[in-house]
Amino acid sequence: MTVQPRASAFQNNAVVVSHLRRAYGTRTVIDHLNLVIGQGEFVVLLGESGCGKTTLLRALAGLDPVQGGTIEVPGRPAVVFQEHRLLPWETLWRNVTLGLHVPDARARAADALGEVGLGDRLDDWPRNLSGGQAQRVALARALVQAPKLLLLDEPFAALDALTRLRMHGLVKDLVARHQPGVLLVTHDVDEALRLGNRILVMRHGVIAAEHRLRPDHDSAGVRAELLRELGVTSSH
Amino acid sequence: MSVTTAFTANEGRTYSSAPAPGFRLGSSGLVALSWLVPVLLLITWEVLARYGWIEPHLLPAPSKVALTAYKLTVSGTLLHDLAVSLLRAAIGFAIGGGIGFALGTLVGFSRIAEAVIDRSVQMVRAIPFLAVLPLVIVWLGVGEGQKIFLVALGVAFPIYVNTTLGIRQVDPKLIELGRVQGLSTWELITRIILPGALPSILTGVRFSLATAWLALVVAETIGAQAGLGFLALDAREFLRTDVIVLTVIIYALIGVVADSLARLLERRLLQWHPNYGAVR
Repeated sequence: MTVQPRASAFQNNAVVVSHLRRAYGTRTVIDHLNLVIGQGEFVVLLGESGCGKTTLLRALAGLDPVQGGTIEVPGRPAVVFQEHRLLPWETLWRNVTLGLHVPDARARAADALGEVGLGDRLDDWPRNLSGGQAQRVALARALVQAPKLLLLDEPFAALDALTRLRMHGLVKDLVARHQPGVLLVTHDVDEALRLGNRILVMRHGVIAAEHRLRPDHDSAGVRAELLRELGVTSSH
Repeated sequence: MSVTTAFTANEGRTYSSAPAPGFRLGSSGLVALSWLVPVLLLITWEVLARYGWIEPHLLPAPSKVALTAYKLTVSGTLLHDLAVSLLRAAIGFAIGGGIGFALGTLVGFSRIAEAVIDRSVQMVRAIPFLAVLPLVIVWLGVGEGQKIFLVALGVAFPIYVNTTLGIRQVDPKLIELGRVQGLSTWELITRIILPGALPSILTGVRFSLATAWLALVVAETIGAQAGLGFLALDAREFLRTDVIVLTVIIYALIGVVADSLARLLERRLLQWHPNYGAVR
């Protein structure tokens, strides 16, 4: 496997995956998968549990080895996990700048936390945050790295319904502004429809269906189609 | 420019403590109440000793002990012996703690180091460390070396065990996050693994402080020329029970002070921890 930080080959792509293969022993989880995500494009990956979507995200993050194919990412991708994964022993601004080696780290953290509505909490501790707030700090930590590729692994799944809706708005705004390529892994069809420019349905390690959403797309129609592709028979 | 969000500053939770059931006593009242029994005991002891119900050569009155403390302090003997004892404890603690921490870190990080070191350490740990005292005397005589060795031996194991445990218990998800954020191995150790292991390491420090003190008491009763143990031994020769009681009380006080220091350290270093720091 090669993860090549070759910015020149891309111009406008956040990630180029070709013929990716990932297997646990003899069981193939991802089978010759191809995927290109453009700069500023919001791609949502839907699929049942165990279809390989989190495996794909982890491979793109460089967390797991792959058994074949190439992943080309310009620079290091940023990841927001389902859990916030804040270091409880570091203040919020130190958490946000973890791994960021710049002289004005605190100022950058202040900007990033300001963007997620926590600009007045720089020196606070993670234990004083609600679930939604902690996930916003995790988002700030990802964006402060100015990633070309942002990987979101079900980051809203553990939040309550109202907080989740607010998070959708925030993420949409931030992505529009910073223009990273985004891969969001989720179970939630409505979340996919709200956020994505393109929705992929993954099944048995391959991309089984693809929907490009135009601003004037027929939401209900795409939704019904997605549910059918996911094996959920819609009653209406 | 900033993104407008619908979040408000009030999203964080606030907790209020419910009053305890039953009749209420302020916290200062409870503190006063908790001192009632010790003070009563002290008064009873004083009275019994004053009126001859207790033989003064077996157990002198608290006032007599206090007077002895004052005299020995003024003459300088007490402070000198105390300093000698504290120095022994500090040197032994530094050596034993350093070795325990170094080995614990090594074993915590490396399965190979664990295979090589851990079994031997666990076998030695199974020995009650005071049982090797006669052997230590044969090896090192009854000088400073023997006392410091015994303290170091007692301290090393709690620190070793808790350091290893603490490193092993660091959340692997946080280590994974460190890799995602591009941390170097050194940053991974100093910013994620050691801070994550710190609560456990500090527990080890508290345990080992108690062991260090116990080791010192035992070591000092053999062939010491100065120190609190020497003070007590010397007093026994002359049936000065007031001095013996005084040393016992000082041992207790130092134990309490050491424990409070360890707690203070915990509160300082673990202020991020929900179980230690004050909320906001």
